[in-house]
Amino acid sequence: MLAAVFNLNHPAHTVDWSFIHLSVANVVVIALMLVVFVLAILLPFPGVERRRGGSS
Amino acid sequence: MSRLVRFLHPPDDTQHWKGRYQPYDLVKEACIAIGVVALLALVLTVLFSSPDDKPSTIAQWSRELPVDFVTAATSELDGTSATAEYGPPYNHNGKGQHAAFLYPQKWLGVSHPINTANDFVIDPLKTVPENAALQSAVAEYQAAPEKTQKGWGEAYAKPLEEYAKATEEKKTPPSTVTPDSSTGAVTVQASGAGPVPTMMNGLLSLAQSGGLDGSLLTSKQFFQTDYTKPLLFMADGGLLSERAEGQHLLGDQWGMMNETGSYPGQAWLWLYTVWYQVEPFKASENADILVMLVMGVLSLAFICVPFIPIINRIPRWIPIYKLIWREHYRSSAAPPQTPA
Amino acid sequence: MSATPTRSSSWTVRVREAGVAALPPEKLLPDGQPTYVASWIYVFGVASIASLVVIVTSGSILALKGPAWWHYTGVGHFFNSIHMWAVELFFFVMVVHLWGKYWMAAWRGGRAKVWITGAVTFLVAVPTALTGYVSQQNFDAQWISTQAKDGLNSVGVGAFFNVTNFGQMYSYHVLLLPLAVVGLVAAHVLLVRNHGVVPPFKLDERPSLAPIAKDTDGPAVPTGAQS
Repeated sequence: MLAAVFNLNHPAHTVDWSFIHLSVANVVVIALMLVVFVLAILLPFPGVERRRGGSS
Repeated sequence: MSRLVRFLHPPDDTQHWKGRYQPYDLVKEACIAIGVVALLALVLTVLFSSPDDKPSTIAQWSRELPVDFVTAATSELDGTSATAEYGPPYNHNGKGQHAAFLYPQKWLGVSHPINTANDFVIDPLKTVPENAALQSAVAEYQAAPEKTQKGWGEAYAKPLEEYAKATEEKKTPPSTVTPDSSTGAVTVQASGAGPVPTMMNGLLSLAQSGGLDGSLLTSKQFFQTDYTKPLLFMADGGLLSERAEGQHLLGDQWGMMNETGSYPGQAWLWLYTVWYQVEPFKASENADILVMLVMGVLSLAFICVPFIPIINRIPRWIPIYKLIWREHYRSSAAPPQTPA
Repeated sequence: MSATPTRSSSWTVRVREAGVAALPPEKLLPDGQPTYVASWIYVFGVASIASLVVIVTSGSILALKGPAWWHYTGVGHFFNSIHMWAVELFFFVMVVHLWGKYWMAAWRGGRAKVWITGAVTFLVAVPTALTGYVSQQNFDAQWISTQAKDGLNSVGVGAFFNVTNFGQMYSYHVLLLPLAVVGLVAAHVLLVRNHGVVPPFKLDERPSLAPIAKDTDGPAVPTGAQS
């Protein structure tokens, strides 16, 4: 059986704050979602210059 | 239109787009997206693989935690286990959960009947061959009046409960319960327990030999895919929860969101699990139905967002849209068009 | 071909004509989009569909060899991993898509059904994933099923949907719920094609008090040629 590059089969580390207890993996996923959402809105989309050049 | 109606149902001035179009290859975009997602899944697979913690069996449970097994088995026999007192859909021995006048658990009835004494103890013991003493003990138990059976069960359970309490409080366990690590047997000193000690020893042997796993599964028919009985029996003991705690899967560990190991789990269940961490849900006997009702209402609200006042106006008031459509607004900034 | 101008009695003709009226070919598969469709946020819808394709494909391979296969072969475990990560990606991109659509108020212009089908797809995807988790036949499945049963039993759903019944859960996971998800996604996408992608908010502060202009006729035939 092929082994993974990184072995994640050990008990998770957790992020604990008040009554909130989240696994590091889930925090990473949620943080990535927020980052990707912000980037998706802010990053310029290809072809913008061509559209700007034309007239309505 | 009155101000209230305008507030609750603001006019929608969205009109057909009469402006310019640009070439946009949807099929190519879809193919690229499939390629990118497949590649991402492949990279994540190569880097991290996926978890596959082996399942527990009743044989393992009875060998690793024999006292816990016997304690659970005794509670199944005398009808005091969580499954025995669950109520619908397994039996009528409990009311089930309710919220105010709503008793859906009771109303939907017993669809998967389980009699824990018969299904988990007596019927499996009857399959053990060539053990006259055991069969005689089972017959004695079944012939006795209910009050006598209860007395025997309580007498046997008492030292086991004291043992469990001492273990939980990390104190020295009483000597009335002695597990033998070499043979796997458990000796319980309990007077007035009748045939129950013989029955429990017999069940422990059956479990440790692997026979109870099979017996609980194929009790109805040869081909079986319903693991309800062995799972409920195991869940009444401590092995599954002990493993779960080590993997951060317990309720108060926000376990609903977690996967075994250090893998990402079900982050999308965050709102479902958060209610269980706060009052009044946390300490309530009816926590499950209360949380399900809250989530039902919120799910309905999620579906109806277009129609909910204030919620449907927030995107207008917090103008993230100005960032999304900034190019469109820039290119439209020259002579404003009067709407038709 | 319908020979008379009056409404045909042929169901086939009526279904075809209704379909073609709602979605003529150039609306079903347009080769152009309005110029405001120019942001990376727009790719998360198609990314959700792409993830679903990878999920169904990897799931079909797992189904070919049966539910125990992935436990004892490297290839089986490989496809199980693809399936698991595709599910994580699916929920990831679907929620980013949802956030984008909320902040665009994409239900405007008579597009409430688009929002509704999308929301229901998400809500059906959750039990689809649950039935998968309890079909794994490992410790995770044992734990999740013995825990989830309490929530479902409390509202009476457990009386006919038994998470500890592997046979039932596998059937829901492999056939019934994927059909529901795919059907909902198809309806969602066809509604988007019918109505067109929602136009931007007007920048005027006061929305017009003109009667609601429902966008039910959809955009004029969009072609890439108009540039």
